[in-house]
Amino acid sequence: MSATATNPVEPFLRMDRIPHIWCPGCGIGTTVNCFTRALIDSKIDLESLALVSGIGCTGRVAGYVKLDSFHTTHGRAIPFATGLKLANPKLNVIVYSGDGDLSAIGGNHLIHAARRNIDLKVICVNNLTYAMTGGQSAPTTPEHAITATSPYGAFEPSFNLPHLVDASGAVYVARWTTFHVRQLARSIAEIFKKKGFCFIEVLSPCPTLYQRRNKMGDGLDTMKFYKEKSKVKNGASTSEVGLTINGEIIVGKFVDRDRPDYGSLMKAQFLEALGDRYVDCMETVCS
Amino acid sequence: MKADPRGVLTGVHFIDGDHACCEGALAAGARFASGYPITPSTEIVERFASRVPTVGGIFIQMEDELAASITLQGAVWGGAKAFTVTSGPGFSLMMEHIGYAAMTETPCVFVDVQRGGPSTGLPTLPAQADMMQARWGSHGDYQIIALCPNSPQECFDLTIRAFNLAEEFRVPVMFMMDEVVGHMTEKVVIPSADEIEIVPRRHTHKPAQEYWPYETNGDMVPEIAHAGEGYKFHITGLTHDHRGYPNMTPPMQDKLVRRLQNKVRNAVERITLYEAEGLEDADVVVISYGITSRVAQRAIELARAEGLGVGKFRLITAWPFPEHKIRELAPRVKALVVPELNLGQMVREVERAAAGECRVLAVPHAGGSVHHPEDIVKVIVEASR
Repeated sequence: MSATATNPVEPFLRMDRIPHIWCPGCGIGTTVNCFTRALIDSKIDLESLALVSGIGCTGRVAGYVKLDSFHTTHGRAIPFATGLKLANPKLNVIVYSGDGDLSAIGGNHLIHAARRNIDLKVICVNNLTYAMTGGQSAPTTPEHAITATSPYGAFEPSFNLPHLVDASGAVYVARWTTFHVRQLARSIAEIFKKKGFCFIEVLSPCPTLYQRRNKMGDGLDTMKFYKEKSKVKNGASTSEVGLTINGEIIVGKFVDRDRPDYGSLMKAQFLEALGDRYVDCMETVCS
Repeated sequence: MKADPRGVLTGVHFIDGDHACCEGALAAGARFASGYPITPSTEIVERFASRVPTVGGIFIQMEDELAASITLQGAVWGGAKAFTVTSGPGFSLMMEHIGYAAMTETPCVFVDVQRGGPSTGLPTLPAQADMMQARWGSHGDYQIIALCPNSPQECFDLTIRAFNLAEEFRVPVMFMMDEVVGHMTEKVVIPSADEIEIVPRRHTHKPAQEYWPYETNGDMVPEIAHAGEGYKFHITGLTHDHRGYPNMTPPMQDKLVRRLQNKVRNAVERITLYEAEGLEDADVVVISYGITSRVAQRAIELARAEGLGVGKFRLITAWPFPEHKIRELAPRVKALVVPELNLGQMVREVERAAAGECRVLAVPHAGGSVHHPEDIVKVIVEASR
């Protein structure tokens, strides 16, 4: 490799904003690498892409990608993305955010967007904690894990996110870890082509907070942990993929089905009810 | 530019303020609304949901007001003109996103059909007690514009103005109706599309490589681009520089927040609408807005019949507050009388602007009904002494 070689992800990043804020060993950058790999492999039109993030460590992804990108409010990436997608259905809208943002403060929007089957591609980086604010417990924190607000161990049952979005109606549900970079990139490329509400959970280390407090080592140790504990089970029933603090991590593509998305249902209903009085909004919303 | 005729229901109608507001939004070019049902505002989006599929647009009923108030902003960045509609409890939930719209300079309209509060309060009865919340409800320093219609006709006319101001200044505009104005039915004249002036979006003409989302021109309002047009821009609610990139330093904070304030403050005379009558030889001027201005009108007539010199000043723009007008008025009169359906909100602004040059007398009312004209007359009589 010559000294002038550039990283292949550079054209997809706002290089004037690098270095990024993520800690050494954090997995969020790895997921962004996989995301850019999917952009390259899928040859998707970058101008048709918009990326929406909420608040938190993963929420900062929107600030680093060289796309139309929106860093919104805490928990509200999905409803913002819903408005963006409905106003301009030609856009391919990615929601890229963390587990706390999407499943706690934004949990209501997550289940309703899945129910409506809004054509959104959600990448949820799950580090099992609120990292930006110092490592407090999240709805995803496994029982017995130590966090800043569960200093004697968490005792609330945690969310099984694939099961939650599956039950809510998502058409594509997968889980990988930041150890599974090729599988993750392939999954992301797959959802670019899939119509409807797609959800990929990516387990990612937070060595600074979650791993440190739970004596799980650094970023590399977490890769070894993911390698050792992960088991690929494509098509697994999502009710059986819940996470525990030290147990097996079931990964794979769990759900891949088809049902009409919000836009198709809306159009069909209006055509049935209104006939030729219906004015297709595709050309008029943004006139 | 003129209104898109597809959205304009030209003719003479007998409709209530809520429905007139919906027609105003359609005439203004709004083709996207996100809402959550709440009395007494719901009729606005009910009508929008019924009308918009035949005009070409979208209504989506969201899961809560938190969602409704940000979904419309996504639609704006996708290229739509968009609004949401609510009342007190929902307005409280929307506050964070009013701040987001102010910070990201997202042109949009929030309609608040005011009812009695606090909390669930009086769902079906009027108040004007969200006036300070409209101005100050979100955290941080920012400016908004707020309009107060007092009739179904104004619900139509001023909704168009609300969208126009939102586009001109790239601010969220608060449309402060109340339950009585929303539910009173009167004649509403909707002109033809070519008689309706529309302020177009400040869309950039720059090529992508020369465009930054918060680079401002002389009037401090930046040009906008929409997603999907190749600009690859970034928007954030963090303190940001002209590129839209986070820049969380005291100098950047100072520069940004002052611009967000001054783009509205410096234009206060251009933004301000008011109705004044009989100010020249008045001893007392009644300052009111919204439904209370209709009761005040009766009180003014009764007081004049008793030989008192009473003038009328009706706030149509509540925010930015037209303090320059009150400052002119105060030294020329004995007193300013301010009836409103709250226990003292806009009267504080009047007092501040009058700066001790005349007496300022509130006519408070906790809401649930309008004032009795006699209650206002009593204060006018006292003020005239």
